[in-house]
Amino acid sequence: MASTVIPANRAPAPTPKLNYLNNGHTLKSWLLTTDHKRIAVLYLISVTAFFFLGGFFAMLIRLELLTPQGDLMQADTYNKVFTMHGIIMVFFFLIPVVPAVLGNFLVPLMIGAKDLAFPRINLLSWYLYIIGGILISHVMLTGGVDTGWTFYTPFSTEYTNTKIVEAGLAVFIAGFSSIFTGLNFIVTIHRMRAPGLTWDRLPLFIWSNYATSLVMVLGTPVVAITIVLVAVERLFHLGIFDPRLGGDPLLFQHLFWFYSHPAVYIMILPSMGVVSELIACFARKRVFGYKFVALSSVAIAVFGFLVWAHHMFVAGISLYAAMIFSFLSFSVGVPSAVKVFNWTATLYKGSISYATPMLYAFGFIGLFTMGGLTGLMLATIGIDVHVTDTYFVVAHFHYVMVGGVLMGYLGGMHFWWPKITGRMYPEAWAKLSALLVFVGFNLTFFPQFILGYVGMPRRYWQYPPEFQALNVLSTAGASILAAGYLLPMIYFVWSLRYGKIAGANPWHAAGLEWKTTSPPPTFNFDETPVVTWEAYNYDEIPPWERRAPVAR
Amino acid sequence: MSEHEEHTTHSQGFYLAIGIGLLVLTATTVGAAFVNLGPFNPIIALLIATIKATLVVLFFMHVKGASEKLTGAVVVSGFFFLAILLSLSLADYLTRSWR
Amino acid sequence: MHDSQSTTGPATTMEHEAHNPALRHHFADAQQQKNAASLGMWLFLVTEIMFFGGMFCAYLVYRLAHFNAFAAGSQQLNIWMGATNTAVLIVSSVTVVLAVKAAEAGKRKVLVGYLVVTVLLGMTFLVIKGFEYREKFEKHHVPGPTFNFTDKFDDNGKQIPVNPKEAELFFSLYFAMTGMHALHMIIGCGLFTVLAVLAWKGHYNPGYFTPIENAGLYWHLVDIIWIYLFPLLYLISRHS
Repeated sequence: MASTVIPANRAPAPTPKLNYLNNGHTLKSWLLTTDHKRIAVLYLISVTAFFFLGGFFAMLIRLELLTPQGDLMQADTYNKVFTMHGIIMVFFFLIPVVPAVLGNFLVPLMIGAKDLAFPRINLLSWYLYIIGGILISHVMLTGGVDTGWTFYTPFSTEYTNTKIVEAGLAVFIAGFSSIFTGLNFIVTIHRMRAPGLTWDRLPLFIWSNYATSLVMVLGTPVVAITIVLVAVERLFHLGIFDPRLGGDPLLFQHLFWFYSHPAVYIMILPSMGVVSELIACFARKRVFGYKFVALSSVAIAVFGFLVWAHHMFVAGISLYAAMIFSFLSFSVGVPSAVKVFNWTATLYKGSISYATPMLYAFGFIGLFTMGGLTGLMLATIGIDVHVTDTYFVVAHFHYVMVGGVLMGYLGGMHFWWPKITGRMYPEAWAKLSALLVFVGFNLTFFPQFILGYVGMPRRYWQYPPEFQALNVLSTAGASILAAGYLLPMIYFVWSLRYGKIAGANPWHAAGLEWKTTSPPPTFNFDETPVVTWEAYNYDEIPPWERRAPVAR
Repeated sequence: MSEHEEHTTHSQGFYLAIGIGLLVLTATTVGAAFVNLGPFNPIIALLIATIKATLVVLFFMHVKGASEKLTGAVVVSGFFFLAILLSLSLADYLTRSWR
Repeated sequence: MHDSQSTTGPATTMEHEAHNPALRHHFADAQQQKNAASLGMWLFLVTEIMFFGGMFCAYLVYRLAHFNAFAAGSQQLNIWMGATNTAVLIVSSVTVVLAVKAAEAGKRKVLVGYLVVTVLLGMTFLVIKGFEYREKFEKHHVPGPTFNFTDKFDDNGKQIPVNPKEAELFFSLYFAMTGMHALHMIIGCGLFTVLAVLAWKGHYNPGYFTPIENAGLYWHLVDIIWIYLFPLLYLISRHS
């Protein structure tokens, strides 16, 4: 097989008859597939299911908080509901969502490979995810867990009689799914790049997934062993965290947050990569300061491991350690700000088109900035002591995780939907949903900043009546947000049959993934591409393609 | 990257020599444990353990002489992040009693 | 942040490799496949380091906090069984590396022989570990309701009071760490048993023995973890 040079930014041949979607129609051809694109679709379906399950629990929380009294449920039930919301959203949605769906689909395509390095391990990852998901659903249906998603000891080891071991096992298994995905990505990015695709030509989405994978590989094992230790403490009386034996419950928190703080970067980094792709395409410019944006991903991944104890400022850690961690926490702000400033600078004199993915990218930048800045407030010990475990914290991390991660994910889904399915989504409906999501999101979570600041604690099922007005606003926003999330479900499915045929490169975008057909053939490229151009070479695009076409 | 650069395997005698070296080090560290060296007991024990681990990594796992530096970088990064976990945790525990 | 351009391997090698049944379709050539498998294994070993790292962290923190109890607990461990097991593991590491060498040279029977010896040594380790655990049960040193600890003596044979609860913490860590290590040994024995059968059937040749190499790497890492567990648990607290 000889390698040939595909000219940059030239549309290839029209859709072939055989692609990864119609290459086998049996259930077996899907469930035993090793094709990274099919596995991405499997993930897409399962992750979406867990998103709506987690969203269902979110709606229960918001409904309960509509009134000051506990009328929909009482404390016990409410504890289980917010715990399930947290566990499902964190471990079964936010952590896998962008890497396992978009990353799985795009990493080999973007680097000109036929597949990930270990296709069967990739499939194993999905099965581990599903086994974990089934286990957590089993826990949910047979009694639930009431510790919050953080499983803090000694409550989780000594006092609660809910299903900690089973839930822990579910998280443990899902964790290995995540480890294997990260391992697969790192090896793939090191070993499988097309000829000529050097590190400084890689798309920023690849850089950010690489950084994410580092965190997955280095961090997840620590939370895995921590969960094992909690389980053996419950099952075999090995009292590692037991204060009666002189064990330290705070050690659990140290080990837990050593993973779970970097896990926040597992969630946000891939979405940052998506936003870099979107900004470049819809501003028709190379991302400003490419190298800084690329390396800032790695910097965030590394710095992310140095800051975990800012979750423990009021828990009883030493004041001096708290000061060190506070200082280090600020350092993560630097590479994050590098990204935001560089995206903004990319827009300058760009030829901007307001397609739906770009709307989500704008939403991401604004909301992530708010989430990030309030994060710096919380890294300041004085403020953190005041607002710890209030709705201020809840609002902060929802701005990052929903306003950030989910905006990036939805932007990416709209952007690559034509590549994944070969069909365009309906632009007008998509814009409406983007608007609903943005408005609904802010209406839901901005009042929570105020609620937290004036003292409403998180994780309570009832609250003093003076907090009701803001809580009603928040619940109202949540219902708008829900509509904004349901709408894409409907029109994406609709577009599978009725959407306009997309063609190989509907956005006239740069990037190897657009140089193959939509949907791509099973082995991605008929001939291994040889890359001779830099990433985002939009200045080499012919003038009549300078603006990304936006469907009406 | 040439075809046969992988496998810097050594001779059988070399591996046996390393193995005997490891056994001697084990005997040394056990012997040292019976001598009261005060604060140096743990230091010597961990030093010998590190020498042994280094021998295993370099020669049995073929990191020394490997065709690429990447393997070494992976190993070092593993221990680096472990060091972060240990040192920043201790940053808390060792300063708890300070006032 | 750069590695050798393994991906740029000349496409011409494809024609030679096309008949290699072990070459998976998505790799350009056998060298790329081998490099990918090796990097993947090393990354997995890093996850293992971090996995045990959580327990090493707990050990470090608690030993500093409860030094006397940890010393007293440590002195109750059987140093000779621990040392024997260390020696057994080191010998097994030598047989593993010789197995890899035999695989590279294409000596099938020698390879199978070394693999079998490795499995036997691994089982020896586990049996000795089992005797150690039995001793702990007999002395009521297993954490839980039956735990009982009164054995701390100074150099003159006088009993020194040690908080038995804190000693229970030491034994909790002892069982967690050695138990997790033993679990890895069991997995390793299973792995090598399968590989020995496959090697006997002639699955490996000088051009393809990556599974042997990677299982060897795993075994060496489990060895290294024990190389640290041995002094930390058995040795460093004998004089205190």
